Amino acid sequence: MVNKYDAIVIGGGHNGLVNAAYLARAGLKVLVLERRSVLGGASVTEEVFPGFKFSVFSYVVSLFRPEIVRDLNLPAHGLTILPLESTLTPLPNGDRLYRNGDHYRTMREIARFSPRDADIYEDYSHAMYFMAKAVKYILGIVPPNPSSLHPEDMNSLYRLAKHFLGLGEEQLFTLTRLMTMSSADFLERWFESEPLKGTMSASGIIGTFLGPRSPGSAYVLLHHYMGEIDGVFRSWGFSKGGTGGLSQSIAQAAQSFGAEIRTNATVAQVIVRHAKAAGIVLENGDEIFADKVISSLDPKQTFLNLLDPNQLPDDLVTAIRKFNTQGSSGKVNLALDALPQFACWPRPGPHLRGAISISPSVDYIERAFDQAKYGDFSHRPYIDIVIPSMIDPDMAPPGKHVLSCFVQYAPYHLQEGDWESRREEFGEAVVDTLAEYIPNIRDIILYRQVLSPWDIEQTVGLTEGNIFQGELSLWQLFFLRPAAGYARFRTPIRDYYQCGSGTHPGGGITGAPGRLAALEILKDWKQ
Amino acid sequence: MPFPSPFHPRTDALCESQEWRNWAGYLAAATYVPSHEREYYAIRNAAAMIDVSPLFKYEVSGPDALRLVNRVMTRDIARCAVGQVMYSPWCDDRGKVIDDGTIARLGENRFRITAAEPNLAWFQDCGVGLNAQVRDVSEEVATLALQGPNARRILLKVVNGGDLEGLRYYRLSQGNLGGIPLTISRTGYTGDLGYELWIDPQFALKVWDKLLEEGEGFGITPVGMVALDIVRIEAGLVMLQVDYISARKALIDEQKSSPFELGLGWTVDLGKKYSIGWKALLDEKRQGSHWKLVGVEVDWTSLEREFGWVNLVPQVVGRASRSAVPVYRNDWQIGHVSSHTFSPILKKYIGIATIESRYAEFGSPVEVEITVEYARRKARATIVKLPFFDPPRKRA
Repeated sequence: MVNKYDAIVIGGGHNGLVNAAYLARAGLKVLVLERRSVLGGASVTEEVFPGFKFSVFSYVVSLFRPEIVRDLNLPAHGLTILPLESTLTPLPNGDRLYRNGDHYRTMREIARFSPRDADIYEDYSHAMYFMAKAVKYILGIVPPNPSSLHPEDMNSLYRLAKHFLGLGEEQLFTLTRLMTMSSADFLERWFESEPLKGTMSASGIIGTFLGPRSPGSAYVLLHHYMGEIDGVFRSWGFSKGGTGGLSQSIAQAAQSFGAEIRTNATVAQVIVRHAKAAGIVLENGDEIFADKVISSLDPKQTFLNLLDPNQLPDDLVTAIRKFNTQGSSGKVNLALDALPQFACWPRPGPHLRGAISISPSVDYIERAFDQAKYGDFSHRPYIDIVIPSMIDPDMAPPGKHVLSCFVQYAPYHLQEGDWESRREEFGEAVVDTLAEYIPNIRDIILYRQVLSPWDIEQTVGLTEGNIFQGELSLWQLFFLRPAAGYARFRTPIRDYYQCGSGTHPGGGITGAPGRLAALEILKDWKQ
Repeated sequence: MPFPSPFHPRTDALCESQEWRNWAGYLAAATYVPSHEREYYAIRNAAAMIDVSPLFKYEVSGPDALRLVNRVMTRDIARCAVGQVMYSPWCDDRGKVIDDGTIARLGENRFRITAAEPNLAWFQDCGVGLNAQVRDVSEEVATLALQGPNARRILLKVVNGGDLEGLRYYRLSQGNLGGIPLTISRTGYTGDLGYELWIDPQFALKVWDKLLEEGEGFGITPVGMVALDIVRIEAGLVMLQVDYISARKALIDEQKSSPFELGLGWTVDLGKKYSIGWKALLDEKRQGSHWKLVGVEVDWTSLEREFGWVNLVPQVVGRASRSAVPVYRNDWQIGHVSSHTFSPILKKYIGIATIESRYAEFGSPVEVEITVEYARRKARATIVKLPFFDPPRKRA
């Protein structure tokens, strides 16, 4: 047969590409099929407005696994992570909280709000170092099934228990708190000043349908802390050329190992013969055969769309149908004629090269969540801003800028109207919010791109626009992601695998699901 | 107190960190801002402005200028056209390197040589009997390096005259910047696309201001020595008194190096028989060299393992180190790493090493000494070719 591959990877997002690269590196003949004309899935850079390049969806990098960078030698394929220098929290009264790599300066800045917090800040970082180290182990393992007596599972559980018991009492308790508390409650054990708590608690709500006072949000906080760049935990960076630059480097690496990548190729269905995956059918009717088929799409797509659910066990179908994928965040990308002038810091400065967080207090974010809880978008949302053109000048024409706003909350299911009709109203709410901190913002906007969860779903196919392919709730993580008994990247259909963010260890640009799945597939391949 | 460079009023105002180094008696900013990271990435991703005025500069002129320069340099400078620049070391009579630098042919009988250390007496003594003058012009020329992928775009915006588009690697051109005449050479110490501007010191500040203003949209950033230290290792460029010791300063013969031992064999032109050290170099070429300068790449998983013994993650990220560390093969020391750094762009721990030639084959496994919690350990490493980082844009 002419068009027969060892493996077909469905979806050219970053996890699909990582998966394909690892398989190709091991010598498999791999084909990646991407529905869109551009690679990267939600890690994509597009010139939406002439001369201005937007990291349309995901926009910063921290969680991407360093072992992938090394294994695939991504720097040789163009990967460059530029540092994000600082975090600015502008306040409604014209004041600000600015934290950067200058330790003592940051301490003094926090001390303006609370001398106690300034002191404890260091202890907090110290504690979080151990938390990041504790979960780093989990990022690198295949979740064992705790109800299984299979030697492999038992062995893995034993090692897991050993790892956690080895953390020491204090760290084990901190970790337990992180797993169970709300991010606000967790942070209140340490801090008292609002701008600091507000901004830090925001890491606990990003991408989820939780408020900072919702239990479970402390885990999401931890999820955003487990990143590491060059051995430094909790550091965030910006991928040169936008997040699409990262995807391109993985794609190039995959191709250098011999993988074939096809864009504008929509997979309609996985071909299943005798309970075994045999290939795929494209939307145009073309059939392509392979020994193994790997879906990097979200669990609902993977199980309910690409397969006929009748081929699957009922418990799995039910679990996947109930898998929480409600999207809660939107994105507003602006092309700017000049630099934004913050009321709290009008002149150009290093603050424009870091993250800027509209999160003046925990209550502010909780109030934003209140509106979303009842099916409206937040009219004064939490916004995480970066100005990529300040970090990588190639993102916009000289002197012009792109500004990226990650906005929360924007629930997929609106109580009134739909996203198509209310999209720009949402965009206005974001610009109104920005204008409270950046008085000149309205004068310098050349172009505005507004993306609701519905738009995210329409464009990149993430069900209900959930950026993590499914909520990062404890009951949807580890051996429960995406469903109990199906967390080891395999499916009930032989030779059909899953490798997206809907599998362990979850969302964000980590590449970890793609890699772990590939290692499992290669184990099966060798047998 | 060290001497202020012609750009000092500007570098001083911008040097937030107040961290300075003494470079040849001049004040050189180590970093402008508290972290050098941003300055590093300006070189590799945007454009960096580096005050390199502390370089020693000599002008050689007169009817015998070429003969003088060609006597001194190992490279055949007769092949250097007017408007061209060549890099070359120079040696003592026994073929051991004294210093290295660039030689710009400004006219038929006019050359400008840069050096890391004072060389006036040496050049003058080498010219005894020749009709050529050597002048120390170090303080008559301010030098500003503009390095990085956006360097050309910025220069095209501000410089008139001079064919910048067509200016090839290691060529120079005359131009003017808002009426100020300057020489632009496509040279640098970063291994990236880059230029060096040679300016009359009285105009130094005007050039600085203009570049900073016009380069803003291209990410232009003043960059200090800490970032430069990292990129020059990535570029595999040797540094006097760090990677080798000048034959004029060595206390014992073992401290001296020949050009072959510094990876500079390509600069030794044995076709011309009258350059200083020629005989010794010819002998060494025939007999082979004891040492070889190579790159080493430290294996990250090995670092993880060594640091893992004490439950740490590798702690190697930061500034470049000039403290030499031993290199071993099977517990036998075969050389040393003289400069080492974590390369943020390559995501690798790299070093410039001098290794016994018989062990220096590319791809060979070696072990490099590292210190983990005050304990000496060995990390696995591989011998690789220099440079570590060589983007096509450097020459394109």
